[in-house]
Amino acid sequence: MQQRDFDIVIVGGGGAGLRAAIGAAEQAKEQGTPQRIALLSKVYPMRSHTVAAEGGAAAVTSAEDSHQAHFDDTVSGGDWLVEQGVVDYFVHHAYQELVQMERWGCPWSRKDDGQVQVRRFGGMKTARTWFAADKTGFHMLHTLFQTSLKYPEIERFDEFFVLDLAVHEGGVIGVIALQIATGELTLLRAKAVILATGGAGRLFRFNTNAGIVTGDGMAMAYRHGVALRDMEFVQYHPTGLPGSGILITEACRGEGGILLNKEGYRYLQDYGLGPETPLGKPENKYMELGPRDKLSQAFWQEQQAGRTGKFGDSDVVYLDLRHLGEKYILERLPFICELAKSYINVDPVKEPIPIRPAVHYTMGGIETDPQCETSIAGLYAAGECASVGLHGANRLGSNSLTELLVFGRLAGEQASQRAAKTEWADERLLEAPGDRQQAKLLRLCDGTEGAENWVALKHAMVQAMESGCGIYRTEEGMRHSLDTMRQLRERFNKVRVNDTSKIFNTELLECLELECGLDIAEASCLGALERRESRGAHQRLDEGMQKRDDVNYLKHSQVFYQGDAHAELHWQDVDVRFSAPAERAYGDAGKGGKA
Amino acid sequence: MNTQQISTKQISVKRYLPDSSAESYWQQYELPVDDSTSLLDALNHIKEQLDSTLSYRWSCRMAICGSCGVMVNGIPKLGCKTFLRDYEGDIRIEPLSHFPVQRDLVVDMAIFLEHLAAVKPYLIDDNPVKPYDPQAPETYQQSPEQLARYKQFANCINCGLCYSACPQFGLNPEFLGPAAITLAHRYNLDSRDHGKKQRMAELNRHEGVWSCTFVGFCSKVCPKHVDPAAAVNQGKVEAAKHTLIALFKG
Repeated sequence: MQQRDFDIVIVGGGGAGLRAAIGAAEQAKEQGTPQRIALLSKVYPMRSHTVAAEGGAAAVTSAEDSHQAHFDDTVSGGDWLVEQGVVDYFVHHAYQELVQMERWGCPWSRKDDGQVQVRRFGGMKTARTWFAADKTGFHMLHTLFQTSLKYPEIERFDEFFVLDLAVHEGGVIGVIALQIATGELTLLRAKAVILATGGAGRLFRFNTNAGIVTGDGMAMAYRHGVALRDMEFVQYHPTGLPGSGILITEACRGEGGILLNKEGYRYLQDYGLGPETPLGKPENKYMELGPRDKLSQAFWQEQQAGRTGKFGDSDVVYLDLRHLGEKYILERLPFICELAKSYINVDPVKEPIPIRPAVHYTMGGIETDPQCETSIAGLYAAGECASVGLHGANRLGSNSLTELLVFGRLAGEQASQRAAKTEWADERLLEAPGDRQQAKLLRLCDGTEGAENWVALKHAMVQAMESGCGIYRTEEGMRHSLDTMRQLRERFNKVRVNDTSKIFNTELLECLELECGLDIAEASCLGALERRESRGAHQRLDEGMQKRDDVNYLKHSQVFYQGDAHAELHWQDVDVRFSAPAERAYGDAGKGGKA
Repeated sequence: MNTQQISTKQISVKRYLPDSSAESYWQQYELPVDDSTSLLDALNHIKEQLDSTLSYRWSCRMAICGSCGVMVNGIPKLGCKTFLRDYEGDIRIEPLSHFPVQRDLVVDMAIFLEHLAAVKPYLIDDNPVKPYDPQAPETYQQSPEQLARYKQFANCINCGLCYSACPQFGLNPEFLGPAAITLAHRYNLDSRDHGKKQRMAELNRHEGVWSCTFVGFCSKVCPKHVDPAAAVNQGKVEAAKHTLIALFKG
């Protein structure tokens, strides 16, 4: 096994990982302590799922807007299950990060006077979302990747799959990684490690996520005793394409698109989001610009009432952009036009787009403190894999692209500061965890007859998550999903791969990803079952649990890994230092209130 | 598209498993398809139902991550944006041309990444009028017209299809190639950038723009309509100007 030494190891080359790498490099320069930074990713960085974000990134920008307003929108959007000190830090650092991206060349869309343009987004009181047409994540990721090439101290390990952390006496000392091209293991010794591995949308059958979004980093930290927090909160994006689940951005509605049921009726007015706003005059926090959880729930209600249409096998509603006109649609939303034409043969200029909710974002994740550090010293997490406490029970669209900048940079700086005053652990301490991983790979590839098939397990997992942990949930459904995950985890011990090649063995990778998925799916189901209330994206149909219950559940769930035994759940107080929980309301009902 | 006809299609995939044989071979798979089945869907079906040893790259399945480029009947394509409904008869799938094959449909992209990095693909502004200050952050001004000058060239997803289409890159992998030259051009055209001189050193040499013989196939295969051939051609004009100016300055 090869061994390499770095001051900082970053796992994940998406937006948060790249921003962390640049942040660490800049911090090291400022400290006058040259540092070596390793950036590992299981794909080339520009393939990371940040690339698929479309709509934009939020920051208080116009003179009429205020930090208080962005704070209030985020706190009520998250149904008060957010860490308010963290939100306060976030809203105050959002703008500078978006400007920094501009200074690095990000092609933000512009107003005629040369200033950056902003657009409306759901659950936001005013227009504050910066965008680069409808490919904001793509442009941000490429800008970050290209900018990272300026820093020779950042050494990339493209297509390295990190198998495990090495932890000694409560502190992280490195990682064990598999080089996908060769099948060889590398031990990377480090003084600080940052996880930036993204979410876990692929736990569900129908989702907007890339194939790589399998929760690997979450599982890695979890297996070493770090809590996974608020994992029951999974965001359904209201507008995915039927069949594939491909994302159709919320910016469609920000620009004035409307949602219709099969009768051509703007049904959102019946779900506390009205009154109906005039066509072509979208109003913040009304109708189509309500938050994602409410919109996906409204779809479910319409579906139950038989007012959804059909596209292929899918129940759908319709996103109508036609009144915006061809020129405007092609300027602001070119990518969704391309997607709708390619994947469902619908031209949004001429026809409404059939859409349906799809799993989109993991609100919960690896618990960190407000400085992005986990309960393991020197181990940080940032971006979708982390639960720093920003999104609570429901994330607002365009807060996550800003999150990966604000907290990616912070994690990078924190890691650099720690590395400057920390020594490497004894290198022999990495050998045992390396050997354990090697043995595990050999076992998976040992050709045992009559073994379990990973494909069957994967299908069982995604089906159970969808049926038990969907937009509306019941005690019975969640119980069944939790039991299923526990059985599947047991069955996984007997899984073997057919492919025994060392070179680019993607079957082995899929198996390892599935194992990660099963561990965190158990945490997600357990959190969901134990949260006996309805809040944000977690909605129960069970008697007496259909409302928010602040007396008993104004608390974060924390799930702790117990090896082969059942995971354990604890509850943790929420930071409500600035804003006491209040009713969350939109449309006219929310007028004047904080929501 | 509401009525989806299920039928069966055969695809042939060029396999290469270097730890069992140095020779590549063709393997046939038969699978069910409907109107919406992409080539990537087909490969995923093979992987999960027919043959788990087939290796290929993929991720976003919405034509933005650039992972899943392959040759389809000899033409470079994104697997996720290629639909089997558009093909009659046998469909032949091979790894992207002109790159070393690592295994099956997976090629080594290292040289591509090196070429991208070589053109300094980042904003260069060594003496900004107002340096970035996080305490008082200020953006550059850039009009929609200035943005429009380079925007198209900023849409490259780094899929590498244009390198498989480029006969010159096939002959000489040291050629910077369409995507890297396009990326250099993107920054050269950006009103905020002052790095053109630095990039010209890389562009204005034999392995830079002058290797291009203007076949133009790169632009035809580009799945994002970036038009790298236009960027390379404009790059040649810039490089010629650069040479002339250097000549006059002595």
